[in-house]
Amino acid sequence: MKFVKILVAGILTGLCNGLFGAGGGMIAVYSMIHLLKMESHEAHATAIAVILPLTIISGFVYFRGGFIDWHMALKVGTAGIVGGATGAWLLGRIPPYRLRKIFGVFIIVAGLRMLF
Amino acid sequence: MVLVIIGFLSGIVAGMGIGGGTLLVPGLVFLTGISQHAAQGINLVVFMPVAISALWVHIKNKRINYKMAAYLSLMGALGAFCGAHIAIAVPSNALRKGFGIFLLVVGCLELFSSREKS
Repeated sequence: MKFVKILVAGILTGLCNGLFGAGGGMIAVYSMIHLLKMESHEAHATAIAVILPLTIISGFVYFRGGFIDWHMALKVGTAGIVGGATGAWLLGRIPPYRLRKIFGVFIIVAGLRMLF
Repeated sequence: MVLVIIGFLSGIVAGMGIGGGTLLVPGLVFLTGISQHAAQGINLVVFMPVAISALWVHIKNKRINYKMAAYLSLMGALGAFCGAHIAIAVPSNALRKGFGIFLLVVGCLELFSSREKS
């Protein structure tokens, strides 16, 4: 049974990573916590170890398809690294629970705008 | 400048472990007008250096379940390969609608079941 759960979680994580280029990590974290009953810190850390090789595979397919704009990626990435450090610093200072709710509302609005 | 602001904001969210890419992709599509495919490609590239630095910290803190990571990435590799090939084959408009549905699902999961302690 556990094997089936890992199989489904892994394939879903990979599909999201490849198809949407984002969100695979959220699926991985969600399934490790709720399906595989792992502890939250361990799930978050393990998710990154899972997503990194998948991103390399997906990124290579996108690159071969001609969909990688290196120039824009460099600008966004540099700012992203500074933001990442700021976020890690903020982590102990803002309750994550409330932030997750705000984030949830935000992406639902974004999702609706993408649909219509 | 817009690129820098979007990158910075999504980086903050990512750094808090919430999912920066799900914000970065729509942010890029809405505010810079690039195609859905290009936005997803940028997110994949940007994720790599960020993930390597985060991974480094997690390895040092011994937080990774290596056995689980190996199993999940093995299964995931199959999904990623198929998913990415589907992505580059479909028109940008369809991909964008699919992404919208995905955001709605993830958003609902966040709103209604994020009672985990972190």
